[in-house]
Amino acid sequence: MTGAAVTGAPPSRIAVVGASAAGLCVVEALRRQGYGGPLTLIGEETHLPYDRPPLSKQVLSGAWDTGRLRLRGADDIEALGLRLRLGSPAIALDTQDREVALADGSLVGYDALVVATGTRARRLPGTDGVRGVHVLRTLEDAVALREDLAGKPHLVVVGGGFVGAEAAAVARGLGCEVTLVTDTAQPMGDALGDELGAMLRAVHAEHGVRIETGTLVDRVLTAGGRATGVRLADDRTIDAEAVLVGIGALPNTEWLTGSGVPVGNGVTCDVTLYAGSGVWAAGDVASWPHPLTGERIRVEHRTNAAEQGLAVARNVLAGPEQARPFETVPYVWSDQYDLRIQIWGRTRGADEVRIVEGSPAERKLIALYGKDGRVCAAVGVNMMRALRDYRSQVAEAAPFTARSAA
Amino acid sequence: MQISIDFDKCCGAGQCVLAAPDVFDQRDEDGIVVLLDDNPPADQAENVAQAAAVCPAAVIQVKQ
Ligand SMILES: Cc1cc2nc3c(=O)[nH]c(=O)nc-3n(C[C@H](O)[C@H](O)[C@H](O)COP(=O)(O)OP(=O)(O)OC[C@H]3O[C@@H](n4cnc5c(N)ncnc54)[C@H](O)[C@@H]3O)c2cc1C
Ligand code: SF4
Repeated sequence: MTGAAVTGAPPSRIAVVGASAAGLCVVEALRRQGYGGPLTLIGEETHLPYDRPPLSKQVLSGAWDTGRLRLRGADDIEALGLRLRLGSPAIALDTQDREVALADGSLVGYDALVVATGTRARRLPGTDGVRGVHVLRTLEDAVALREDLAGKPHLVVVGGGFVGAEAAAVARGLGCEVTLVTDTAQPMGDALGDELGAMLRAVHAEHGVRIETGTLVDRVLTAGGRATGVRLADDRTIDAEAVLVGIGALPNTEWLTGSGVPVGNGVTCDVTLYAGSGVWAAGDVASWPHPLTGERIRVEHRTNAAEQGLAVARNVLAGPEQARPFETVPYVWSDQYDLRIQIWGRTRGADEVRIVEGSPAERKLIALYGKDGRVCAAVGVNMMRALRDYRSQVAEAAPFTARSAA
Repeated sequence: MQISIDFDKCCGAGQCVLAAPDVFDQRDEDGIVVLLDDNPPADQAENVAQAAAVCPAAVIQVKQ
């Protein structure tokens, strides 16, 4: 029997692939919980772990320089005693021999492996290498977009999700002309529903963003290798010097092809975030069944990456037999102009929405979202502390009654 | 244990309050963290470590 197979005996070598929010949280929690063995952290990016939410906020606006993104100082990382392998992505996994192959040709052996490779921005076909076309996922992406925005171009934002809406707000603040194109009825409409979506749309319009809803961008128009505009599905064209494509993210799982690790929409884990044969997953890349509903979910939120990192560290040390289910109330926030939007739970699929405090007119409110008669989410706009009191209703899936006030 | 906070980077998520309600609170107006106790007793160590780990802005520093 190998060490890892003995129930209760911790694995003797651990490797974590992906050196961002989730990966960092895993290695820190392992050390905090007393794991002193070999611990390798493998990252494609050359940077020490840094934070992404500010990329579309303080970094894009220029309020922060990129140094402030660091999640930990170099000495804190040093103190963890890691085998740090930055700048060389994992390209293949052998779950039989328990080895990860890196792009530089080296192999890293492990007993337990954590996949924390996150997601990457989806792109529009045919835009690779076209100047003026941007995505926003990495530090380099943010710096490149910021440099382009300094010339005050007309910016077209493709997609009305969080990242696109935040970037549109920042670009207006920098004095750019901005058009936002989304296939939904409202910007952020699929996350927030009609009433809050309409409020957000009004806020963007007041700040001078032109909004095209209910339409797809067909393709980016180019001349001489540079973006000149976009063509919409209804054949209209919009001139632009810069285009930000914010149409969602794809899980980074290609390197697991042929390894036997189950992959669908992300790494397919069980309720404990275990994917079998010594492999666990955490963060944007992990999909797992909701312990209550059984519905398979994958969450792209900053706090989920940290919470799953903690849970996986605990479960890796306990072993698959003793592993505990991961439980969470998902949380995400978004900053647009002077609005801070916060969401506890999952709004998607809600069949009822009720504003329980404040109002859209005040730009300050709390709304509860219900599904099948139960509270499934609570959304706050500029009511940071008050919203926290509604979290328990989401956690318990409390009955959605006429007055579900806290 | 000594706690320090980079208040400028706090994004008002309130995860710290959920993890360690005896040590952290949030301001009413903007949700920014309030440190109730910058040198909490040892029995808070686990909660504080949890708060520092889940804080999405990584603004909570703990020195033993
Ligand atoms: C612009 C932007 C704004 C955001 N704003 C918010 C917000 O306001 N609130 C919020 O809650 N969330 C926000 N998010 C989401 C949040 O940043 C993510 O949920 C979080 O980064 C997930 O962390 P992760 O570690 O799971 O994955 P990632 O951060 O994606 O990190 C994965 C890491 O793995 C590396 N990697 C990939 N493949 C390999 C490989 N084969 N080998 C080695 N390394 C590999 C990647 O290079 C990357 O460094 C935002 C995201 C973006 C991009
Ligand atoms: S968890 Fe972090 S970001 Fe959120 S309120 Fe507490 S200190 Fe601020």
